[in-house]
Amino acid sequence: MQKIGVFVCWCGSNIATTVDVAQVVAAVKTIPNVAFAADYKYMCSEGGQELIHKAVQDYQLDRIVVCSCSPRMHEATFRNCAEQVGINPYLVEIANIREQCSWIIKDRAQATAKAIQLAKAAIAKVRFNTPLTPGESKVVKRALVIGGGIAGIQAALDIAEAGYKVDIVERQPAIGGRMAQLDKTFPTLDCSACILTPKMMDAANHPNIKLYTYSEVEAVSGFVGNFEVKIRQKARSVDAKRCTGCGICTEKCPSRKTSSEFELGLKTRGAIYIPFSQALPKVPVIDREHCLKFQTGKCGICSKVCPAECIDYTQQDEIITEHYGAIVAATGFDLLPLDKFGEYGYQDSPDVITSLEFERLTNATGPTEGHLVCPSTGKEPKSVIIVSCVGSRDTSGRGKTYCSKICCMYNAKQAMYIREKYPQIDVTVFYIDVRTPGKAFDEFYRRAVEEFNVHYIKGQVGKVLKDARGGLTVFASDLLSDKHLMLHADMVILATAVKPAAGARKLATMLTASMDNDDFFTEAHPKLRPVESPTAGIFLAGMCQGPKDIPETVSQAGAAAVKVVGLLAKDKLRTNPCVAHCQENICSGCLACEKVCPYGAITAETKTVINLAGVKEQRTVAVVNQTLCQGCGACTVACPAAAMDLKGFSNQEILAEVDALC
Amino acid sequence: MLGEKVTVADKTAAPAPFEPKIVAFCCNWCSYAGADGAGTARKQYPANVKIIRVPCSCRVNPLFILRAFQRGADGVILCGCHPGDCHYMTGNYYTRRRLTLLMSMLNFMGVATERLRVEWVSASEGARFAEIMTSFVEQITALGANVKLRDLRCKK
Repeated sequence: MQKIGVFVCWCGSNIATTVDVAQVVAAVKTIPNVAFAADYKYMCSEGGQELIHKAVQDYQLDRIVVCSCSPRMHEATFRNCAEQVGINPYLVEIANIREQCSWIIKDRAQATAKAIQLAKAAIAKVRFNTPLTPGESKVVKRALVIGGGIAGIQAALDIAEAGYKVDIVERQPAIGGRMAQLDKTFPTLDCSACILTPKMMDAANHPNIKLYTYSEVEAVSGFVGNFEVKIRQKARSVDAKRCTGCGICTEKCPSRKTSSEFELGLKTRGAIYIPFSQALPKVPVIDREHCLKFQTGKCGICSKVCPAECIDYTQQDEIITEHYGAIVAATGFDLLPLDKFGEYGYQDSPDVITSLEFERLTNATGPTEGHLVCPSTGKEPKSVIIVSCVGSRDTSGRGKTYCSKICCMYNAKQAMYIREKYPQIDVTVFYIDVRTPGKAFDEFYRRAVEEFNVHYIKGQVGKVLKDARGGLTVFASDLLSDKHLMLHADMVILATAVKPAAGARKLATMLTASMDNDDFFTEAHPKLRPVESPTAGIFLAGMCQGPKDIPETVSQAGAAAVKVVGLLAKDKLRTNPCVAHCQENICSGCLACEKVCPYGAITAETKTVINLAGVKEQRTVAVVNQTLCQGCGACTVACPAAAMDLKGFSNQEILAEVDALC
Repeated sequence: MLGEKVTVADKTAAPAPFEPKIVAFCCNWCSYAGADGAGTARKQYPANVKIIRVPCSCRVNPLFILRAFQRGADGVILCGCHPGDCHYMTGNYYTRRRLTLLMSMLNFMGVATERLRVEWVSASEGARFAEIMTSFVEQITALGANVKLRDLRCKK
């Protein structure tokens, strides 16, 4: 006879306040096969686990039900606990009486009644559980990093330094990402390129790192330890191996009207171009849409001037298939498009710019070589107004509800570098709140106010209009003095909300990684597993997971790298034993299951089976490859004979739960 | 009201308010996590909803749903990942087809189609999970008890 132990957790006061745990214990004790039931303050603690161990030994328990928090939280804990005392970990069931009872129901009687029912359902299920043993799968000792910004570079460097091969896929022609576009970085005001370029060099030259630039991930299949990834390397029309990066082709290109992506449209570039001066790899790429040779068949100047003869107009996109044990998503961010924010006049005046455009305008390698001038006149501005929270903390539906986190600091930074280089320019920042938590961050902001005399006004800007004199008129409110303001400015900088980079959702779908409503990648646990996706083997670094600054991005990338290294250091992984299996004697060999399997885990095999009449016969049956199967259960429903079942979530187990609840 | 039919047997007692029995099948990766999210955010929803965790919505055999109705469930709701976001790539597409088919036969079998609902809830939609469950319980409460099958089920 089965002997089931039921352990009811108080979760401190989290459960015990609304669920009468003693009543739950009393109720389950009357259920047949329940040999022991007890409650304890923290079941997951050492004391709680010892209680389970002792009860198993004293009462010879063979199955365990824990009524506690979500199985997504502590199922693994209690499975380990069971294993330590000799019970197969899959003979453990969790009744989620915290997230599904005490936290969502205020009425104690109702919450207790529901907790008892959930406990009964778990007991009903555990009766049918069978011992399961995880299989093993191999780990491919190579990692893929998607995105070549600071997050991707750092993650790749850390993985490579630990001795593993790592590939970076970057869709732009060069690595560097957003950080390469910045002028200076807070709170130290050191030049962004000066700290980034050496890292780019390290990544490009590291023997363990391979760069796929101007490339995109095309398809992902497989699972943790062995992902198969198809990478599309777009045709550069330049032989990267022979190119020396001299740049003559980019100078001689006659097509000069294309706006530069890297310079955010503040400058034009040739059809053959190197995105920025410190680009790595320093290999140009032909933008075929704007190239005269590709569009008209005439020209071909780049080919004529190239001393290394590496221009190749016939080059084709290449699909590279590679296997990886782990994948890091580090796809970064874009700025929110401002088309819904007409009041700021971004579309009307070239002197209204985003903060990122400002970074280019003050950058020594930028379109103005670092001279701050109004794009409309080419003259130095006399006054600059910075508008915070453009599209951030916006509940109107036009923008994003979250705080973009980095803007308050870069506003102070940009205000400071204007005041430092051009003390005659007046700088005003409009803010809702100034949020500067972080090491040396608030001191930095105070320096902007106290040493650099930047005016900070609490209030929002309602309208920016071009005025007759050629400047801008800014209508705003000053909340502290309760006044409406009408100010003149020559330049307005919009601290625009960040959002996950375009294409992040498409990538998440390929990786089967989940995303939140804003298209940020979701972490496996917001506090305890912040660099892992809920999908095993997928790790997260940088802005793709949520707004963060460079120090945080670098720390997260390092943490993701450690997780990757921890995974790659294993030779074999334990696979999920909750996979499909076929009861061959009742399988008719119709193979309806094979057609719905997304992993190709089911194949037909001719086997000798004993049929239901007890007669030996040879026929075709479905066979499940236990390593390929991921346990979705699609096949179990397709099977007309119910020969296909899923271990851990069998028909019997689920029906037992249904019966217990209805 | 339909709901009062349940209590006609005992004429002396005041009619107890109708408390529908609701079974919610939730996929492990999105909807169950969404339910956890509702809990973490302390979003209240009626205790009538009892969740059964399945790896993927496509694990739910339509027969499980019929079994629940047969056993006296007043409403069944099946929640999976949003189309395109399935952890197993295609699972929720199978669910969508299978449940469309089941839905078309439900009336024929004597169960009002309103008693079955399919919703896509992502892991981040805790508040939405609570809203959906609240509205579903309201809907089933208004419909009243699943009398037809409850009278026939083999249980006292």
